[in-house]
Amino acid sequence: MSAVVVARRRELIRATAQRSLMRRRLTGRIAQTLCAVAAVAAVAPLVTLLYYTISRGAGALSWAFLIHAPAPPTIPGGGISTAIAGSAEIVGLALLLAIPTSLLAALYLFERSGRLAAGLRFSADVLTGVPSIIIGIFAYALLVLPLHQFGNLAAAFALAVLMLPIMIRADEEAMRTIALDLWEAGIALGARRGRVARSVVLRGALPDIVTGNLLAIARAVGETAPLLFTLATPFAAMTLLIYTDGTQAFPVAQETAWGTALVLLGFVLLLSVVAKIAAWRISQRAR
Amino acid sequence: MSADRRVPRESSILVADPDAEVGSAAATGATTPSNGHTSAAAVPVIDRAAAALTHAHPSTAAPPALTLDGVRVSFGEHVAVRNVTLAIPDREVTALIGPSGCGKTTLLRAINRLHDHTGGRVEGTIRLGDLDVYAPSTQPELVRRRIGMVFQRPNPFPAMSIFENVVSGLRFNGVRGRAMLREAAESALRHAALWDTVKDRLHQPALRLSGGQQQRLCIARALAVEPDVLLMDEPCSALDPIATAKIEELITRLASDVTIVLVTHNMFQAARVSDQAAIFLLGEDRVGELVETGPTKELFDAPRDPRTADYVAGRVG
Repeated sequence: MSAVVVARRRELIRATAQRSLMRRRLTGRIAQTLCAVAAVAAVAPLVTLLYYTISRGAGALSWAFLIHAPAPPTIPGGGISTAIAGSAEIVGLALLLAIPTSLLAALYLFERSGRLAAGLRFSADVLTGVPSIIIGIFAYALLVLPLHQFGNLAAAFALAVLMLPIMIRADEEAMRTIALDLWEAGIALGARRGRVARSVVLRGALPDIVTGNLLAIARAVGETAPLLFTLATPFAAMTLLIYTDGTQAFPVAQETAWGTALVLLGFVLLLSVVAKIAAWRISQRAR
Repeated sequence: MSADRRVPRESSILVADPDAEVGSAAATGATTPSNGHTSAAAVPVIDRAAAALTHAHPSTAAPPALTLDGVRVSFGEHVAVRNVTLAIPDREVTALIGPSGCGKTTLLRAINRLHDHTGGRVEGTIRLGDLDVYAPSTQPELVRRRIGMVFQRPNPFPAMSIFENVVSGLRFNGVRGRAMLREAAESALRHAALWDTVKDRLHQPALRLSGGQQQRLCIARALAVEPDVLLMDEPCSALDPIATAKIEELITRLASDVTIVLVTHNMFQAARVSDQAAIFLLGEDRVGELVETGPTKELFDAPRDPRTADYVAGRVG
């Protein structure tokens, strides 16, 4: 390579960098604008939805609406207390079933790498994609039919089945972010595997586990299909109430449906905030 | 940007043989303890290392490549480093040395405006030749093309081949044309003493290289855009002694062509490769300060500032 070639290349690079700067800046601007537009487009439905639900549902909202039992669809003044209590009980029961099971299952997947673990992981992935209505039929066939009884337990079971795979995979991912060398550091101190799992892996992964589980819970709270098969009356859960009242022609019923929708939204929002704060506090404590 | 300044540089590239073996640097590199924690008894070792410098350029009267005047970098209320006035000679190796947390890296990153993206505030003046780096009319992209950077940990772009890594900077700067990119890649890899190792596997993933090779790839990537200055932030801290020796040898050789500013914790390394050194220490109020500058050998042999003397003797550190 001659000195002339090298010098010419230097000059070319310098000139190209300078000459193309305007074009590169413009491309960058355009791309940034596209990103901003996409971000707005992604958030717009949420904002519209919130606005719509609030404007339609706020009218129904009152203290009485929250604490009174439902009235027949044509009579004003009824509340949704049974639906709120039912939803809370079903979701609470479902969490009681799903959280410990998913945590232990995730720990198993985290620690084992054999064929069984791979199979379980694959099943969890498949289960995540199963439509909720099928889970509803499953709970119906497994619990409602043999016991001849609709009820919160069957509904909670259905929701737990729905949440399990999501939680397991979220938990496992959270644990995997705690690097293998930390796990080894624990083992190297003479700890039992279980102790390391609890003190190092679980503890470190807890903020991510809380966040991951929240997504599963938020999804379960809004599920309707599994409840159709497992509850006897629409007044037993908020989502069912929204479904039945919202599809009726009576204005009073429709207003109740919007009001319930608003309460449900508020419930999910509250859950998100609480979980975020919890995750934040856990991660702060760890420092 | 003065093209005329570049012309005399061309001959020096051709003189430097990129594949020449430099045995002495490798030997010193392999036998020197890498921690900077030394006792007073270690001073003669530094002396010897400094004396072993064979490449030392005589400080010429050429204008400095970089001039820093009253530079101060702060993050919100916190001042990281202040009062830095320093001339960095053209085509020599200038080492910034000092203990952790005294602002060496922060200062280095100010030179090519990396703090634009980290919320750091840079005051004072930094000049590259006659270009004011922080002037409102200065385009940061063009500054960074002229002032390259090599980071602590080798950071080749993942999911890119060796070739793609080397030419990435050229592509970012709008350079196109296969023949052109190929030529530039070969030249940069030769300069980084990596060509013979990778010439038959240019299209393999860059992450398949060893740590030391990855770092030399990063140097090649930085060189490919033909910078005037190369900033190196502890480029050997993640490498073993043999890879370190190779990088040090490379630094010495590259200095005939580009100005190098090297941040290092390792005083032995500074003694081995640098012509000039600037010592940074923490002031009374825990803010990093420039304490003393000068030719490396003088600084180690006859420090003017007592704090420098304590530091190079290993009494603090």
